[in-house]
Amino acid sequence: MSRIAQTFKELKKTGKKALIPYIMSGDPSLKATKKFITDLERAGADIIELGVPFSDPLADGPTIQGAHERALQNGITLKKVLHLVKEIRKTTQIPLILMTYYNPVFKFGVDAFVRKAVESGVDGVIVPDLIPDEADELIDSARRHNLDTIFLLAPTSTPDRIKKVARASTGFIYYVSITGITGGKLSVSRPMKETLRLIKKRSKKPVAVGFGISKPDEAATIAGLADGVVVGSAIVKLISQGKSIDKFVKSLRKAI
Amino acid sequence: MKKELENLPDKKGHFGQYGGRFVPETLMPALIELEKAYKKYREDKEFLTKLALLQKDYIGRPTPLYHAQQLSEQLGGAKIYLKREDLCHTGAHKINNALAQALLAKKMGKRRIIAETGAGQHGVATATGAALAGLECEIYMGSEDIRRQALNVFRMRLLGAKVTEVNIGSRTLKDAINEALRDWTTNVQNTHYVLGTAFGPHPYPAMVRDFQSVIGKEARQQILKKEGKLPDCLIACVGGGSNSIGLFYAFLKDKIKMIGVEAGGHGIASGEHAARFAGGSLGVFQGCKSYLLQNDDGNVLGTHSVSAGLDYASVGPEHCYLRDMKKIEYTYATDDEALKAFELLSRTEGIIPALESAHAIAEGVKRASVMNKKSVLIINLSGRGDKDVQEVARIKGINL
Ligand SMILES: Cc1ncc(COP(=O)(O)O)c(C=O)c1O
Repeated sequence: MSRIAQTFKELKKTGKKALIPYIMSGDPSLKATKKFITDLERAGADIIELGVPFSDPLADGPTIQGAHERALQNGITLKKVLHLVKEIRKTTQIPLILMTYYNPVFKFGVDAFVRKAVESGVDGVIVPDLIPDEADELIDSARRHNLDTIFLLAPTSTPDRIKKVARASTGFIYYVSITGITGGKLSVSRPMKETLRLIKKRSKKPVAVGFGISKPDEAATIAGLADGVVVGSAIVKLISQGKSIDKFVKSLRKAI
Repeated sequence: MKKELENLPDKKGHFGQYGGRFVPETLMPALIELEKAYKKYREDKEFLTKLALLQKDYIGRPTPLYHAQQLSEQLGGAKIYLKREDLCHTGAHKINNALAQALLAKKMGKRRIIAETGAGQHGVATATGAALAGLECEIYMGSEDIRRQALNVFRMRLLGAKVTEVNIGSRTLKDAINEALRDWTTNVQNTHYVLGTAFGPHPYPAMVRDFQSVIGKEARQQILKKEGKLPDCLIACVGGGSNSIGLFYAFLKDKIKMIGVEAGGHGIASGEHAARFAGGSLGVFQGCKSYLLQNDDGNVLGTHSVSAGLDYASVGPEHCYLRDMKKIEYTYATDDEALKAFELLSRTEGIIPALESAHAIAEGVKRASVMNKKSVLIINLSGRGDKDVQEVARIKGINL
């Protein structure tokens, strides 16, 4: 069982939900990212999503776009992020997921990327602009090397898409809570509850919900509906303002 | 038509190894809905009759195939014909696609259309389609392009569209597409994205090609009537690739030389260009797999061209496939060559071409002069140059 699946299993035993923060690698520096990971773990994160910067992050809103831009200005590349993970693995075993757009992976070579990622200690990968229909190469390689592939579902997803995405996902299924981009405004709507119910009916895999969750009370609501809560923009914003993330992450932990 | 060229793309939108759908999952239902609607209405008599009528009475089709006698004589080679897409309503071929997509959006029950624009031509065309179809319209445009194409910005606003400035990344076409895709991802339930070129996720490359293929269908009939034979060579500029595939598509089964001209900017060695075939490599960008100007880490490079409409880092997937099949040849014209052609056509024929089209003219000049007098060359004059006059004056150091 993968480290991610294991984490969800253990949380379930104690009736807890996974807290999954997202930060951008190299924003404001790789050294800072290393420290954030330690801080996040200590504050109660169960799994961490590490962003890989890309020149054209079309699924992201202004806050995370800014993080992409800053990280690129710092010279951060997919190779450097993989190296960072290798370093981090000397001190922590917390599950790590790379969130990267497809082209950096494609340019790296899909199979080469998967091998290198696993060797560095990456547990899973989320590619927001890759749908299962185009992911044969990534899925094949990831299955061979035991890397989790987490695909996304959205409020617009039809039963057909839910079936396809649920089947292709390992570790967990990522439900995008809003029809929109990261940092949008959350609304816990009927379609969301309905889609979550459909996903749960289709698949026994854990479901984490992300996009637009920025406050402890929102996290609490989502935790009542899913197995995990992803918080990105709100943390990235604090980092961009040079503020501490400790208190905020602890308040999220307490809420869910 | 040869089998391997005929049935493309495949079900998943692939042209060989190119194309496909690389988008956030949120958009998948919309793409599937669009594909279904497109398949339905391209065979719907009422829709086609309405489109044909508007092509004739509103766009002004068929556009003339004009024998550029002075230019041909001056060059002393091939007989040059210009396919006059510059005479379309709104001044470029872009309206062929934008109007058809606006009608389709209406049929699909959308109340709002959005689009990206570089040169402003597609933005104007979409705003026009929206006005005609009674749809709300928002156009995304990079701030660098807004500066270069101020006239078109005002035209869009006159037509009732909201023009939204995109102030991130390189502030040109690719960033406008990112913003349009973000808008679509957020408002997909009531909004249709009118993509302006034969690019992006399936079904756009095929749908835009089909809406533009009227150019080649007309040109084929017109040249057969005028010359009693097919042309020897076709030339068109290639931004995303819609005016070029629009001209070439009806000739794919014929043995004709076809040349696509990309933006050479300041030359390939300078790194400041938009020649994806000469300077790019296989990548995945804004919805499809294609040639892409990118660095070793897979980040998209900045591009440069004097013409905003060719200033783009990737190219339509079908072009990659047709290049592999050796059906189409690709080359580039530099800024300087395009500017020279811009002036040449203005003086010899009294036609001011769009700077995009001037790239095709530049290549046409080179080719025509080494072809014999019996041979026939068609250049796609994709748009008129009014929008570029101010920018050309600025480049020449003239204060208007
Ligand atoms: C007049 C004109 N020609 C050509 C182009 C390039 O686009 P495409 O390659 O899709 O024809 C543009 C794009 O804005 C344009 O305005």
